Amino acid sequence: MDTRRRNNVTVTGCPDGPVLLLAHGFGCDQNMWRLVVPTLAESYRLVLFDYVGSGRANPSAWDERRYSSLDGYARDVLEVVEELDLREVTFVGHSVSAMVGVLAAAKAPERISRLVMVAPSPRYIDDEGYRGGFSAEDIDELLESLESNYLGWSAAMAPVIMGNADRPELGQELTASFCATDPDMARVFARTTFLSDSREDLKTVVVPTLILECRQDVIAPREVGAYVRDTIPGSQLVTLEATGHCPQLSAPQATAAAIVDFVGAAS
Amino acid sequence: MCRTDQSVPEPGEEQDVDATDAVFTALLEDSAEELYEQAPCGYLSTLMDGTIAKINATLLEWLGLERSQVVGRMRFTDLLTVGGKLYHETHFAPLLQMKGEVSGIALDIKTAGKQRMPVLVTSKVKTSEEGEPMLIRTTVFDARDRRAYEMELLRGRQAAEEARRQSEADRARLQEALAVLQQSLLPAELPVVPGLEAGSYYHTASPDLLGGDFYDLFPLGGGQWAFFLGDVCGKGPQAAAVTSLARYTLRAAALHDPDPVSVLTTLNTVLHERYASGEGRYCTAIFGVLQPADGRVRLHLASGGHPSALIQRADGSADYLPTPGGLLVGVLPQAPFTAARTDLLPGDTLLLYTDGLTEARTGPERELYGDDALRAFTAAQPPAGPQSLITALSGLLASFGDGLDDDTALLALGVPSLPSIASEDLTT
Repeated sequence: MDTRRRNNVTVTGCPDGPVLLLAHGFGCDQNMWRLVVPTLAESYRLVLFDYVGSGRANPSAWDERRYSSLDGYARDVLEVVEELDLREVTFVGHSVSAMVGVLAAAKAPERISRLVMVAPSPRYIDDEGYRGGFSAEDIDELLESLESNYLGWSAAMAPVIMGNADRPELGQELTASFCATDPDMARVFARTTFLSDSREDLKTVVVPTLILECRQDVIAPREVGAYVRDTIPGSQLVTLEATGHCPQLSAPQATAAAIVDFVGAAS
Repeated sequence: MCRTDQSVPEPGEEQDVDATDAVFTALLEDSAEELYEQAPCGYLSTLMDGTIAKINATLLEWLGLERSQVVGRMRFTDLLTVGGKLYHETHFAPLLQMKGEVSGIALDIKTAGKQRMPVLVTSKVKTSEEGEPMLIRTTVFDARDRRAYEMELLRGRQAAEEARRQSEADRARLQEALAVLQQSLLPAELPVVPGLEAGSYYHTASPDLLGGDFYDLFPLGGGQWAFFLGDVCGKGPQAAAVTSLARYTLRAAALHDPDPVSVLTTLNTVLHERYASGEGRYCTAIFGVLQPADGRVRLHLASGGHPSALIQRADGSADYLPTPGGLLVGVLPQAPFTAARTDLLPGDTLLLYTDGLTEARTGPERELYGDDALRAFTAAQPPAGPQSLITALSGLLASFGDGLDDDTALLALGVPSLPSIASEDLTT
């Protein structure tokens, strides 16, 4: 299958600029990056995509086994990178995608030369000597939340999520797909995301790495940000004046500025 | 309802109050503030970072918290269970930030005494005149009953889904078992017989139903070969059981005494003994013996109520080999069977078939295809051996479409033509 169509790949920005590959996390799709795209597009060639099982990726490409491990998602990344023959890529991964980027960079160091981790966490569940912020029961509760919100998801959800009048670009088309995920696929992605443990993988990172964390983030608390910084040698940690788990939405300017600072205007 | 904007009258509108209005006014003593605080749903406003700026008494009561503990001290997500927090951060907040409004999301809040209370949450971003987001207004509806009902539905759906998976698996297993059984009723492939050619075809009317047609071709020793083809009345497992009994009885009887009438008589005795006291199962069958000799094959067969065999001769003619008067096998304790003999010469083909072929419905009047049409069809085919005739007949069966509603078995046995002298001349 054509990877571009499979992963709903979008290419925008400066055709000759350095490449930023923007990877969404669990929950929504590439539209998560909409508010930082205008700024980043001034200096970079931007490649956006949806993981299979999210957004407008081709649902017929879904393979429960493949997407039950982060490696499956990393294969999506590598296949996109190869299909477009991208090199010197800065991989910008939100949330669980930060760990997907770690796996992809380990497999294709010749293509992925920098990592930007937005609100990363290598493990969500507490462990001996490690605090991820959640217990196994908490994750079960999330899976339950998913279930209760999918009852009648397609029939009831999309129409009631209103488009914002002063942002017509967020209209019907977006409403139809943004955050609207097939319940079975979402459950698999949720389990893969929240039950994975990528702490060992962090040690494999050899490329320059920027970690962006929010001052106040329920999903990736500050101590997890510090853990990631301490585990990846030479990485930089920047704390954004933002709350929540999605600084690219709640603080788009600060997020874009931090990325520009790290990557530079041209390579 | 929570939204107060429509129900609060503008000051000055009530100047000409009549008696009815006065009654309503007395009832509607609520001020806007009262309506807000005591609304039948929770109401709160937060800053864009989620810090709670305002909250109504209803929601505080559900939470079991004092206003002073909440306002300016807690964020909206602090009110949620952990699962709810995760869902909020991964779905709710992104949607709200992108769209300005999110409606009817199912979350759980933590109530007094660490209970969980299912709620439905709707949030809307209030923007300044310049379009800058200023705060988030949120309504929280008690969804305990509704969620309990939804959980019932969800469990029902999961159970139905599981049952469907199970029944599909059962069905697949059953299909496989049926296919294996069906194959046990027919030879996997016909044996190679020296000096003979053979072809067969089996059409199943329904893949779910075991067929009642059967045939076989097997050696008797001493250069003799036996064949049979028959049709058990009915379909399905009961018919298949009779088919199986008939097939193995015929094979065993033939080894004991291959005389066709004796073999059918044995089958008659077995079927009658087995089924006479019950639902009465019987079949029709032709059993025969082939004895190759002197460039020809001697054919000796007998029929028990079965449609006559058809012989396509090397000269292109086609004629039935009549076996009148043979009774159905298994109906009566003693039954007469009719034997017939002929020789098959090089280029001749013997055709056995079940009545699915001759009783197929054809044409706009849905008439029976019939014996005459079958003979004419066969005579119209070039005498090119059993395989060729079977191919032509299977094409004919396919052309009947849904006019063919019964199982149909075909067995053709022929003596190869002598090599043509003309073609030998050409090749040498």
